[in-house]
Amino acid sequence: MAEFKLPKNSRVQKGKTWPAPEGAKRIKLFHVYRWNPDTGENPRLDTFPIDLDDCGPMVLDAMIKIKNEIDTTLTFRRSCREGVCGSCAFNIGGTNTLACTAHISDYKGDIAVYPLPHMPVVKDLVPDLNQAYAQLREIEPWMKTDTAPPGRERLQSPEDRAKLDGMWECILCFCCTTSCPSYWWNGDRYLGPATLLQAHRWIADSRDEATGERLDNLEDPFRLYRCHTIMNCTNTCPKGLNPAKAIAETKKLMVARK
Amino acid sequence: MSYRTPLGRVRGLGSAKEGTAHWWAQRLTAIALVPLILWFVISILSMVGADHAAVKAWMAQPLPAVLTVLLIVATFHHAQLGLQVVVEDYVHNEAAKLTLIIAIKFAAVALAALAVFAVLKLAFGG
Repeated sequence: MAEFKLPKNSRVQKGKTWPAPEGAKRIKLFHVYRWNPDTGENPRLDTFPIDLDDCGPMVLDAMIKIKNEIDTTLTFRRSCREGVCGSCAFNIGGTNTLACTAHISDYKGDIAVYPLPHMPVVKDLVPDLNQAYAQLREIEPWMKTDTAPPGRERLQSPEDRAKLDGMWECILCFCCTTSCPSYWWNGDRYLGPATLLQAHRWIADSRDEATGERLDNLEDPFRLYRCHTIMNCTNTCPKGLNPAKAIAETKKLMVARK
Repeated sequence: MSYRTPLGRVRGLGSAKEGTAHWWAQRLTAIALVPLILWFVISILSMVGADHAAVKAWMAQPLPAVLTVLLIVATFHHAQLGLQVVVEDYVHNEAAKLTLIIAIKFAAVALAALAVFAVLKLAFGG
């Protein structure tokens, strides 16, 4: 059966509460998921009081402040700090999003920060994304052609190019995939919204010559049809993209070629 | 412990190259059920308090009998398609999954046959 309860060794316990900074007027509490594979202990939720007058505006600023000034053992991925690399995707305040584009002021009360849901955790806020990356590799997200390469660029009309808008912007943070209950229950076989959005990005590309082969590869009760239009993906996408629509377009093409 | 690569695991047994017919049939039966159920509910409500003979006379007409049979077929087809998806979603033990899906398909066919027989008995029975 699908697991609705965490296994015993994954249940989150109350962790350490750090002292509030002295003289701070505007304190925000950050409850951060911590798990260390080396100790054999259960995961815990540590509480870090942050002085908002001495911290940048984004959730990532607070995370970096915690790591720099309070607890250097806090582990998370981050790189670009401007929403283009997709590294700092966490579950913040119950929603998957990028810490670097999430304003602290948009959250009322305390802020809980967890790793992306339902993925194996490497340490603290770092999920193991090997499966998700392998699924992306599986749909072969690159141009496939049999016609000999032209001596110049492959031409594409502005109208055909416009069909890729809303798909090329995906930064592969996997916020959508890890927000999808269908991916939680069947992530071993269901490709998930991020990968299906990328699959459609190549299906919709006028320069690609492998459209049918791509559809063949997706036509499967699990790979594609586990999408039950729950729409968490579209709801959570920090880039404002619509993976659910891309999946629906793929399903329409499946019917169109019957 | 498996040393299979993530890509090998993801490719698995390959694409089943089906699922579209199932998905499409689920949508078509859903669309068909909208008018059929509306018609059926209104018809039944209009016969509240009627005796057995009146219902029998109604069902003996071609249109009510045929539409009711269509309603039964669409309902049970739609139900077994949907329940199969629910089982595939939540039941991860292969043996349990297979047993449940087979039980659902058999039950759907048996119940549909029973219901159709009931309509025929009303329509043609002495």
